[in-house]
Amino acid sequence: MTRDVAIVGFSQRQMKEFDGSPTCVELLVPIFQELWEQTGWTKTDIGFWCSGSSDYLAGRAFSFVSAVDAIGALPPVMESHVEMDAAWALYEAWVKIQTGLVDSALVYGFGKSSAGVLRRVLSLQMDPYTVTPLWADAVSLAAIQARAGLESGAFDESQMADVVARSMTDAASNDSAIRKGATTADDVLAQPLYADPLRRWDCAPVSDGASAMIITAADAPGFDKLKGNKAWITGFEHRVEPGALNSRDLKVSESTKSAGAAAGVDGVDLAELHAPFSHQELILKDALGLGDDVRINPSGGALTANPMFTAGLNRIGEAARQVWAGDSQRALAHATSGPALQQNLVLTMEARA
Amino acid sequence: MTELGTLHAPLQVEFDYTRSLGPTLSGFMTGLKRRQILGGVLSDGTVAVPPPEYDGTTFAPITELRPVADVGVVQSWAWVPEPVAGQPLDKPFAFAQIVLDGADKALLHAVAVDSAADIQTGMRVRAVWADEPVGAITDIRWFEAEGDSPATTPGPEGDAIEGIISPVKLAYDYAASPEESKFFRGLADGKLIGQRCPVCEKVYVPPRGACPVDGVPTTDEVEVADHGTITTFCIVNVPFTGQQIPIPYVSAYVLLDGADIAFLHLILGIDAADVRMGLRVKAVWKPRDEWGTTIANISHFEPTGEPDADYETYKVHL
Ligand SMILES: [Zn+2]
Repeated sequence: MTRDVAIVGFSQRQMKEFDGSPTCVELLVPIFQELWEQTGWTKTDIGFWCSGSSDYLAGRAFSFVSAVDAIGALPPVMESHVEMDAAWALYEAWVKIQTGLVDSALVYGFGKSSAGVLRRVLSLQMDPYTVTPLWADAVSLAAIQARAGLESGAFDESQMADVVARSMTDAASNDSAIRKGATTADDVLAQPLYADPLRRWDCAPVSDGASAMIITAADAPGFDKLKGNKAWITGFEHRVEPGALNSRDLKVSESTKSAGAAAGVDGVDLAELHAPFSHQELILKDALGLGDDVRINPSGGALTANPMFTAGLNRIGEAARQVWAGDSQRALAHATSGPALQQNLVLTMEARA
Repeated sequence: MTELGTLHAPLQVEFDYTRSLGPTLSGFMTGLKRRQILGGVLSDGTVAVPPPEYDGTTFAPITELRPVADVGVVQSWAWVPEPVAGQPLDKPFAFAQIVLDGADKALLHAVAVDSAADIQTGMRVRAVWADEPVGAITDIRWFEAEGDSPATTPGPEGDAIEGIISPVKLAYDYAASPEESKFFRGLADGKLIGQRCPVCEKVYVPPRGACPVDGVPTTDEVEVADHGTITTFCIVNVPFTGQQIPIPYVSAYVLLDGADIAFLHLILGIDAADVRMGLRVKAVWKPRDEWGTTIANISHFEPTGEPDADYETYKVHL
């Protein structure tokens, strides 16, 4: 038996460089405020709080503990944390609601990537014995993945350029996007190679940011006084692949495929895919079996802003906004974590009359 | 008034992780120390380098290690135009997945070539070894075009490698929050600046990005005294790496007069055994020409000589 759970609030900030503390408390306070305005709820309506962040990103120990200040956590609240994108914090919250232990949750993520050298810090996600000592950086690993796909014929350079052009063009109207504006595939291909075979625009910009979301069960106390629309969660799964790069076929995403199959991708008309590199969108689209009639990343996606530990939750939030607005009847959102699409999460949602 | 940005400072985080190795990786690292690369034989008979600890299909431990060549073929690669600290080369190079002769699954390592035009998939490369291998993946410094270079001379047999040390060094630009920035700028003027929560009116020193009770930023600036009351304390008797003060010493929460939250500092000028709750203390500032935007402007706190504060005056601040 599954409890009916809906996404009822979402707020985010994304920027190139956040001039503030690594815990982003200053960003979180107004984001939470927006959630109260959207939903009409206050913190007393929230049964569980869960965050996603990483101390390595900004070099501050127990950063998620300091971030709890933004909640106003006295009297004490029920709270948890994942060292993952906040999309996984949302999963934890959803499971907690399914168990019946809580009825509602506020999930948030924050990350200040600009404090260090992001692609280098992410080396610490790798096997600490044989890979991290080489400081194999995240961009290089993605580039190795892209070349494997290109040289096998799984996709080509012009398809990658189309992804970039569509993302930047779609992001033109997104206030949160960092790299944006009407762009053609020819514009993209005219750029020099950076991490051959990737151009800079093939790689998500380094971004800071925070975001937060409220989900609730339909039978939660206070559900009746909720303002705004709801996006009902219809499937929610995540899968992980081996940490060893040589145990995986980097050209495909088996974990996305199985997570998508479990979450149920049939009938979706919109997909927000967390692809920090252009070729990864092609791999994800293939893994999920999305047809060309499915709108992908109308927000611009991670290629236009990729705040670590929130970009995945942002995909879920952007998809929910489309459902709230009546622009999607059934939407899919995807989040990734780890090197070269190691871990993948798929959530499906729908509008209901 | 000009709005100043937040204070920033460089921050270096360094830690040497000591990692023990299981039997599989111990065998692999021991091989490297002898300039020999060992692959793990998987359940389907294929050979993976580095060896995984468990087979991905049967989940059984990998027990058979087999020597493979230190030459092989580039399977996929990426150009690294801007190497970062710690990478095998400090000039542009390639990272590549290399299938060594005798192996089936690729090793990730660096390839030293002058430009992206000098590497391609299918290229044959040879390991360049460290002069004195220690039993780590970095014993292979990088790979280079196979060319005519002589075959590798095996190193001497040595003891098995059962652990490695992985140094992690990270550099950050660390930013304080706007509220903390005001506090640190105040210290440069010899002042202790707290901020008041607009909702519950509590005064926080140092101020916080948000009042933990109300979840709103603290706003009104309040200057508090540089003397106050010890609410609680601990005597540090345990030596640790990087310790700068001889033990035993006292670390205490001091509730500054005018503040609603105690803050942590060092207590000197009194025998550790005589420190107590309620003890009145005052800040001892360093010479003014040594001040910066740092809490270290206050060297420590020491007793004022006043009678102890009544428990009632600080009991709600514990
Ligand atoms: Zn308050």
